Amino acid sequence: MRKKSMKRVVSVMAMLGVGLPILWAHAGAQGAVPDPAASWNHLWHEVLVDLFVIGGVFLAAGLFWVYKYRATRPGQIGTAPKLTALAAIGFAVIPAFLFMADDFYLAAKGWTVWNEYRNVPRNALEVKVTGMMWNWTFEYDNGVVTTFDPDSKTGDGLVVPVGRAVVLRMTSTDVVHSFFLPEYRVKEDLMPGRVTYLWFQPKAAGETLATCAEFCGNRHSFMWTKVKAVPAAEFDTWMAGMKRQGA
Amino acid sequence: MSTASSGFKLSEWLFTTDHKRIGVLYLIGSVAAFAVAGIMALLIRLEQMSPGPTIVSDAYVGGDQYNVWLYFHGAAMILGFLIPGLTGFAANYLLPLMIGAKDVAFPRINALSVWLFWAGIVVALLTFVVPDKPDVMWTGYPPYSIKTGGNLALYVFTVHLIGFSSILASVNFLVTITYMRAPGIGWFQLNMFTWSCFTAFIIQLVFVPVLAAAVTLLLLDRYLGTHFYDPANGGDVLLYQNLFWFYSHPAVYVIFLPAMGIFYEIYATMAKNPIFNYKAAVYGMCGIVLISGEVWVHHLYYSGMPDWLRIGQMVTTLLISVPVGLMTISLFGTLYRGAITFNTPMYYGTAALYLLIIGGLTGIPLAITVLSVHLGETSFTHAHFHFIMGIFATFSVFAAVDFWFPKIAGRMLNEKQARLGFWFNFIGVNVTFWPLFIIGVQGMPRRYWDYSQFPPHFADYHKVATIGAFIVAIGMVLTISNWIISAIKGQRATDNPWGSRSLEWTHTATPPGPGNFPKDVVVEAGWTPYDYK
Repeated sequence: MRKKSMKRVVSVMAMLGVGLPILWAHAGAQGAVPDPAASWNHLWHEVLVDLFVIGGVFLAAGLFWVYKYRATRPGQIGTAPKLTALAAIGFAVIPAFLFMADDFYLAAKGWTVWNEYRNVPRNALEVKVTGMMWNWTFEYDNGVVTTFDPDSKTGDGLVVPVGRAVVLRMTSTDVVHSFFLPEYRVKEDLMPGRVTYLWFQPKAAGETLATCAEFCGNRHSFMWTKVKAVPAAEFDTWMAGMKRQGA
Repeated sequence: MSTASSGFKLSEWLFTTDHKRIGVLYLIGSVAAFAVAGIMALLIRLEQMSPGPTIVSDAYVGGDQYNVWLYFHGAAMILGFLIPGLTGFAANYLLPLMIGAKDVAFPRINALSVWLFWAGIVVALLTFVVPDKPDVMWTGYPPYSIKTGGNLALYVFTVHLIGFSSILASVNFLVTITYMRAPGIGWFQLNMFTWSCFTAFIIQLVFVPVLAAAVTLLLLDRYLGTHFYDPANGGDVLLYQNLFWFYSHPAVYVIFLPAMGIFYEIYATMAKNPIFNYKAAVYGMCGIVLISGEVWVHHLYYSGMPDWLRIGQMVTTLLISVPVGLMTISLFGTLYRGAITFNTPMYYGTAALYLLIIGGLTGIPLAITVLSVHLGETSFTHAHFHFIMGIFATFSVFAAVDFWFPKIAGRMLNEKQARLGFWFNFIGVNVTFWPLFIIGVQGMPRRYWDYSQFPPHFADYHKVATIGAFIVAIGMVLTISNWIISAIKGQRATDNPWGSRSLEWTHTATPPGPGNFPKDVVVEAGWTPYDYK
């Protein structure tokens, strides 16, 4: 009888620990136009709040005790009460469940945003990215190739239209590189022998940068490129011009 | 009761099989590695002080020079200082004393371990002598490590030598703890430090061979023309990263566990309290051993791994917070209703509270796959692991030396200088790493010496970080010079200056003579090393 009720208590706790956070995280996760960078920022702020609460509680308790329990006379000894078996189990199981609940909650939240990161919208503009020591080239689906020289700051780099998702299919000709777009909150490695991908959503016109984030030798620090988001009409004009140049 | 030997004989030290002397040899070697790697850190910080060449010769060879500093800093700090400082020095000196044993189970294998370690340090230092200096980072990722003109063999041989040293030490100490405890000492009467090393050595024994295999294949690819990591010939680039991190994430716990163990000892002794919820903390350590092998993919979150693995290991990585949380509660709880006396080790102990929280919690966003996709490989990551693995663990080594100094040297440290050193160290690390957290979130990548493409305010943050590094340097000089001077001229120590209840203080002379204990140790029923009542 006792065993059975114990079992029930444990299973209820497990359900609360695992189920609730997932439900909570999924509530209201569906949006219309996915914007991974915005979701990233949102999740980041939520995690920061979570960390400030946990960190604050621990730090306050720790520092308060360090201050409060200073020895006042030589030879003094601590007076910590002996834990009963039940208290010992409680101090292990309850925090363990709390930590687990928070872990599953964060994992569920993270997974939701992750799905956004990995599901490329259907109409996305596809660009092939090749990384090499120490440069990037971008090849559009119509064969137009662009590049950028970080020393002279010449070349178009990656040009993308505002309002349309961009998916990069990436590989490397030599060593491992990583295409890192800080403003779009995303990076993915490139390596010989595999094709990896990432996608991002340019929301507004403007120039940002992409830079190598996987150590690749002498000019690793210089392996960056301009990323220019332009209005759709301007993009079409630019693309037509590039095509004419190529022809 | 002094049992110090008559005079100093070099051969006695070189050919010693005494675990205490071997421990001191580990300490000397690891502090030497720490000093050189620390100078590399200063060079790195100086270079980053401004965008463009600061101390490197020019933009063309700058990367080559800088990459050698990065390589040596990382490899020497982890393989040459943290692991041998904790599982070499501290474990060697303290474990046999804490379990009431006369020495380790295999003293001559123990001597071989320290020689291999020293050989590893020498090979690592050859970096500065050879013309083709290694520049492969401590991670040695192919294909770069195979294509570079930098010397890969030195890296691989350093890993081999220190790796074999670790494997031998693991076997030795696991046998010692299992079979050589004094009569009456049961598993749940062990010191927390003993438990922390026991679990760390299990991790080492299981995972170091994987690293040794991974780097050996690297050697074969580079010098004998095999293609394990070459996709053009059927190999796989990611194979190495998987093998490397399968060892190297658990290696973080090989450092973290003994570091926690040291702080448990200091807390209990200085607060004169038993360990709060001892068993929960011990199970926490065992939990870390179980989970440590299933989390390595968090180092490969954006390496092109299958999505299900990236998500699966996000969950296992987050769950590490459960055992670590139990250990932390146990550590903090030890202060509750204590009678805390503050000395330098307890200053480091108090700082550890803070470092553990900041370093541990900043790991949580990095554990979440999607957040890591932006934060990974930025100076946020760099600051995170420096807080927890660099500073928390380094402070634990400093605290250990300060705490057991009277036992080891038979003399007291200059407490004033030790405290001054502490304050420089503590303030310095904060000044160094907080700016890096901030610009990391804004996108500052790791391992860059030039960052002209980023907004100009990054340079201000880097300048502050560089000032911090030099504050730390002053603290380190104060701390380490204090050890040397006090070992020679310090005031004589009594047998048990901190009033500890642990065997190394209650049952041995200061310093302990050959054979450790004047008579065989037997403890009475119910004895614990934390019985202050």
